[in-house]
Amino acid sequence: MPLAKRIIPCLDVTDGRVVKGVNFLELRDAGDPVEIARRYDEQGADELTFLDITASSDNRGLILNIIERVASQVFIPLTVGGGVREVDDVRRLLNAGADKVSINTSAVLNPQLVADASGRFGSQCIVVAIDAKQVDDHWEVFTHGGRKATGLDAVEWAKKMVALGAGELLVTSMDRDGTKIGFNLPLNRAISDAVDVPIIASGGVGNLMHLVEGVQEGGADAVLAASIFHYGEFTVREAKEYMQQHGIEVRL
Amino acid sequence: MIDIAVVDYGMGNLRSVSKALEHVAPDKHVLVTSDPQEIAAAGRVVFPGQGAMPDCVRELDARGLRDAVKSAAANKPFLGICIGLQLLFEHSEEGNAAGLGILDGNVKRFAAQDMHDSGGRKLKVPHMGWNQVYQTKAHPLWRGIEDGARFYYVHSYYVAPQDGTLISAVSEYPERFTSCVARDNIFAVQFHPEKSQHAGLQLLSNFVQWDGRP
Repeated sequence: MPLAKRIIPCLDVTDGRVVKGVNFLELRDAGDPVEIARRYDEQGADELTFLDITASSDNRGLILNIIERVASQVFIPLTVGGGVREVDDVRRLLNAGADKVSINTSAVLNPQLVADASGRFGSQCIVVAIDAKQVDDHWEVFTHGGRKATGLDAVEWAKKMVALGAGELLVTSMDRDGTKIGFNLPLNRAISDAVDVPIIASGGVGNLMHLVEGVQEGGADAVLAASIFHYGEFTVREAKEYMQQHGIEVRL
Repeated sequence: MIDIAVVDYGMGNLRSVSKALEHVAPDKHVLVTSDPQEIAAAGRVVFPGQGAMPDCVRELDARGLRDAVKSAAANKPFLGICIGLQLLFEHSEEGNAAGLGILDGNVKRFAAQDMHDSGGRKLKVPHMGWNQVYQTKAHPLWRGIEDGARFYYVHSYYVAPQDGTLISAVSEYPERFTSCVARDNIFAVQFHPEKSQHAGLQLLSNFVQWDGRP
């Protein structure tokens, strides 16, 4: 039997709480991160991703404490992203119990960070997050939570990040995030075909069929979703059973 | 008294391993250490590893840990994880590196360009995620773990032991590869039990209670 496709619930964390917004705006409280992490683990989540979107620098240390608490109770891979600027940030998160660290804006500002971090800790723990939006006839990379255009072509950028040492890519469609109309499948497919490393599709999941499409049409190795799980619409297990019914290999 | 020493040679994240061991053995003293004497004094030894094998060998030697690891692998319950499995062999294609040579055989890279799933789609390297582990030989460390249980993997290289009788489990990606070897007091796995939820914790719990006999 082949490798299972992964389902990864995503927890956006700000000031120590899980929140969810639409198009990166209008944040709503969704609960306590440790409690939510435990619930997803019990439901059979394959990994968990925490994105620290804390704005104030005073509260940025909170994520380390959260990761420490989650890592002593939940024994599946944990990825943490948000505000990672230097190799030392990566080290702190790994020491707190993260297994992978996701780098986004800083990879654009300083691509060498990806090379340095993967050289020091191994490619297996460096995820590069790519926020992309359709611009004319191609996908462009955006940073700062989708506010800043970079002029970079998303597919070319993906190849460059893998060449520098990214072990996995988290591809978020900014046009879709929070919209519940499904992943941007052509974007995911283009990046998945362009690189050898696994791709996590993100942004836009509104129902379970979207997860199936992400794998079957988008070529994703893993699918990431937040709101369909946070508000109890579906459990992770229901999502996996649905994917299995559609012929996708999952861990049940 | 150090019950379990986790060998720290500066490669990768050992917190996950030690936290998982503390979780399954709350009454045991688990120590992450790069001190050869502490490794020698420990009742059992876990040898993890992440990153590139040539770096692992260099860092191991830089800390003077080669002999301590070899001696532990010779005489006490010893669990290798990921690169900690690969390092036991003679040679790796990764950076053309020599391993510790405790077991005969080599470490090879998945041939990414030639690998496709049954639907004809390209398989990714690293092999990352939850795959089934088929037990090919009975062993105390498999106790309570279903044959074919899924464990979490992340690796681009796999071991090819010269002596096929050492193989204790295999997985498929897309061909069969060795996911576990066992010899006397050594048990070494390519996957990450510390990140493999129930099945992984069961394996670690079995290790903590193991007397080192196959």
